[in-house]
Amino acid sequence: MTELWQGLVRAIELLISLDPEVFEIAGRSLLISVTSCSISALFSLPLGGLIHFYHFPGKRFLISTIQTLFSIPTVAVGLFVFVLFSQAGPLGGLNLMFTPVAMVIGQVILVTPIILGLIISALSGVDKAVPETAISLGATGFQVAILTLREARYAVLTALVMGFGRAISEIGIALMVGGNIKGFTRTLTTAISLETQKGDIELSIALGIILISIALVINLALSRIQQR
Amino acid sequence: MTLIQTTNLGHKYRERYVLKNVNLNINQGEVFALIGPTGSGKTTLLKLLDLLEIPASGRIYFDGVDVTHSGGPRLEARRRMSFVLQKPIVFNMSVYDNVACGLRWRHEPKDIVRQRIESALELVAIAEYKNRNARSLSGGETQRVAIARALATKPEVLFLDEPTANLDPVATSKIEEVLAHIIKEQKTTVVMATHDMSQGQRLARRIGVMMNGEILQVGSPSNIFSSPKSREVAEFVGVENILGGVIIAKDNNLVTIEVNGSTIQAISDFIVGDMVQALIRPEDITFALSKDISSARNTFEGKISRITPVGPLVRIEVDCGFPLLGVVTKRSAEELGFSVGKKVCASFKATAIHVIKRWN
Ligand SMILES: Nc1ncnc2c1ncn2[C@@H]1O[C@H](COP(=O)(O)OP(=O)(O)OP(=O)(O)O)[C@@H](O)[C@H]1O
Ligand SMILES: [Mg+2]
Repeated sequence: MTELWQGLVRAIELLISLDPEVFEIAGRSLLISVTSCSISALFSLPLGGLIHFYHFPGKRFLISTIQTLFSIPTVAVGLFVFVLFSQAGPLGGLNLMFTPVAMVIGQVILVTPIILGLIISALSGVDKAVPETAISLGATGFQVAILTLREARYAVLTALVMGFGRAISEIGIALMVGGNIKGFTRTLTTAISLETQKGDIELSIALGIILISIALVINLALSRIQQR
Repeated sequence: MTLIQTTNLGHKYRERYVLKNVNLNINQGEVFALIGPTGSGKTTLLKLLDLLEIPASGRIYFDGVDVTHSGGPRLEARRRMSFVLQKPIVFNMSVYDNVACGLRWRHEPKDIVRQRIESALELVAIAEYKNRNARSLSGGETQRVAIARALATKPEVLFLDEPTANLDPVATSKIEEVLAHIIKEQKTTVVMATHDMSQGQRLARRIGVMMNGEILQVGSPSNIFSSPKSREVAEFVGVENILGGVIIAKDNNLVTIEVNGSTIQAISDFIVGDMVQALIRPEDITFALSKDISSARNTFEGKISRITPVGPLVRIEVDCGFPLLGVVTKRSAEELGFSVGKKVCASFKATAIHVIKRWN
């Protein structure tokens, strides 16, 4: 108990003194997750629009597959990316193993089903009269799509925030293809996990507080969005 | 000049035809009202005319161009028209931006956009709301925004689907005022759907009566009101006395029709032996307590079978061998001492009767 108490006190000291290592790790975590979600959003928005607005055979099946992948295990994605980029793997020559790039690729794969799936359901939540009204006002297909996305903006934002929440808190990918290299690929989750094993409980608690704060901010943001 | 023409237009939803054989000509600058009961296909027809859906059969010509199927000419034609939907929706943005949509999508220059929006908002009298989020408006205000948004693009054709349904009488007359103004000042071609016969009469120069997906009669309001072509149309436009009979005598165009053992006289071109229906509007029937004061050709004695007050009026049903329904003011009903069972004389002029063919 005293150990835990001391850890907490030390952790708060680390935070208050703006310990460079703590903030470097937190900053990297944020950067990697924000990058992953932005990349995912960049193609999920148009792709979601296409899937929503076009009728094609297998559409329902595709959507339910995407929804199934919401809860894909992070270690499964980690394994997949590991196999892809390991020395003997098909993309081994790129030498991306144990780099932030590999972590971003893994996280993009992880969050895309969530972001894409939630964007599709955001679009289908828009009143059918919206596209109809837009067409009657002379909108082209593209203009209708932009308007519909705009009408769904809060739900789309929710999709992005949910994706970010999943990315920032995952550990499987970060560990398997990032490797927790100090000053290079170490993130909040990998650091907490490995520093705890090593006995550096103060650093773990400090990082844990930051991670929980981020989760809190995400939750606050979500409920703010949902109130609109 | 014909602006919109349809030939044998038909449409179906889930294999069920909801529109059949519609052959319609809308002339440039006219105001045309589609009236008909709920579910008769008015909205469906308007959606086809505004090129929002592709018809199952038939053709649509806009300004001489075949725009039946998809392609560039449809967008071009659609951009010359506007549609205020039956349940208008506004986008989740300011009133100003809502009205701007059509103009921005056409890439109109900024100053023209501003100017058109200002005047459209002015016209429907919601200029003071322009910075409010449109979703926060009331039903009547939403309707105005939808009308302003449709007018901002200066359409050649304006489609209005039940523009005043769900509005109270005051809001209705305000919207009608706006519409009358547009019709008069801007010479816009207007096609409106309504199930309010009197609104059609007030605003339109021509009326098409729709039932079960078909246009049964097209004509001027007075033509449709006084000479409905069929029993269905007659019932819809408020002819409540529909008496089946057969013509038993004819003198020039004054015919004698036998109805349930009684005879009534009317003006008609039908000949002796024709099976007909005599249509009489309730407001054309007058009541008296004794027979001799009426100069009308048709006078019948009967007993009042039912009295129903409707606002300032009273509906009187009289059984004179056949049922007759008339209306009087509340005051005259009291003065004449009307009550159920009382004997009265109902009369109507030969010219007040509209005679149509009967098929069974
Ligand atoms: N999207 C749809 N899917 C299936 N059936 C439809 C659809 N839209 C309309 N219908 C049917 O088509 C018929 C005509 O409908 P429409 O909306 O054109 O009638 P309306 O004359 O406008 O009626 P109202 O006065 O109630 O607005 C109705 O029987 C309706 O149920
Ligand atoms: Mg309708």
